[in-house]
Amino acid sequence: METGIRIFLLRTVFVALAATASVGCSSRLVDTDADQREPVIDPAVERREVKAAEIDSEDFELSIFTGLMSVEDFGSNAVYGARIAYHVTEGIFAEATYGQTDTDETSFEKLSGGAPLLADDDRQFQYYDISLGYNLLPGEVFVGSNWAASSALYFIAGVGNTRFAGDNYFTVNFGAGYRVLTNDWLALHLDVRDRVFSTDLLGEKKTVHNIEFNLGVSIFF
Amino acid sequence: MRILPAIIVLFCFCSPAYAKKDYYQVVVADPYIELHTGPGKGYPIFHVIDQGEKIDVIKRRTSWFKVRSNRDVEGWVSFSQLARTLEISGESTRIKDPDWDDFLERRWEMGVLVGDFAGANVISTYGAYKFTANLSAELSFSQITGNISDGWMINANIVHFPFPEWRITPFLTLGTGVIRIEPKATLVQVQDRTDQIGHVGAGVRTYLSRRFVFRAEYKSYVVFTSRDNNEEVDEWKLGFAFFF
Repeated sequence: METGIRIFLLRTVFVALAATASVGCSSRLVDTDADQREPVIDPAVERREVKAAEIDSEDFELSIFTGLMSVEDFGSNAVYGARIAYHVTEGIFAEATYGQTDTDETSFEKLSGGAPLLADDDRQFQYYDISLGYNLLPGEVFVGSNWAASSALYFIAGVGNTRFAGDNYFTVNFGAGYRVLTNDWLALHLDVRDRVFSTDLLGEKKTVHNIEFNLGVSIFF
Repeated sequence: MRILPAIIVLFCFCSPAYAKKDYYQVVVADPYIELHTGPGKGYPIFHVIDQGEKIDVIKRRTSWFKVRSNRDVEGWVSFSQLARTLEISGESTRIKDPDWDDFLERRWEMGVLVGDFAGANVISTYGAYKFTANLSAELSFSQITGNISDGWMINANIVHFPFPEWRITPFLTLGTGVIRIEPKATLVQVQDRTDQIGHVGAGVRTYLSRRFVFRAEYKSYVVFTSRDNNEEVDEWKLGFAFFF
């Protein structure tokens, strides 16, 4: 900042001198008691007073992600979605997630060659959840010899809803993630999440685990 | 008038200096303050700034502040250390964390509650606006997922806080809305139905920290069905909220 001000002062003096010289040539303004006169331009620059309340606060984090999700009995497919997180303290954050993936036919449907179990519209698997996370292991990653970025391993769990096969399922999710801050406001995420609900879709009531890996990018604002 | 062109030239020259952002500036008053590599106490301290040096406060994340020293070293300082610095004028630094006073003066609030609605699971989100210390209005959306049917409901209600200054404060609520019930797809087709509902309820809430509030509540609903009898439903929920 000081260098900036110094350059500014030098420029001010330079331009002021140039202006005075050009003016002086025609109207003989340059005289001996130049020192006592008011300066043409007062070089003292008032620094704008910045109040504490104006400090930019960045507690929200918005991210998009894509990855692979395995829906029990219905194959593994690409998943994509978005998340918004609010960082309450350095440790705790709350997060809302929405994601969706397509599902395949079950092995039984493929082998039996009979009528499909689900209509095409019902094959899409959509979920949302609200979770609480904790940044358990803060750290740093080093890439080469010149670049270090702060990182955190977090654990997260929550509840939500899954819409699949024409029904809604109350879903519990838990998992862990790794966040690398490439700079102040941009981060990369690697997440593993298990989404658990119980269903009687295939006849008998059972608990299904739907495991998801994803890679995301987020901005803090 | 002759200096006008000079001023114009001057402004053209110095515009980059004006573009450089001014930050909140403080002076270190303690013997030194510590700079961490990240916004948390677990991140290592890599630099210290001595007493008397000016620092720019660039941004804040939760209770951590990113600062820049005279020598262009950037790092994160904790709230407690930054609070002990001085402003350029010599007054103590006026930074604060959201606290109990902010909680009492809140206007808007958003929250999430999870619980049981007549044996089914329910997830609700709500937004609230506080009119006076004792009175708020809320609008909530709930998704219900049960074994035999799913559904959703929207409710508008007013909330009364008889003792707003208590740390754990009780509240009473009264409201109305609509409920939509859709039987599960795996069951034989039953008609979906939408009915009006009314509810009364009570609960407690407590301020946790920063912008965080914990809340637990019970509501008793009456579903005004199109059949002969109205249904009564109990709901228990707990969750958290943020205020602004």
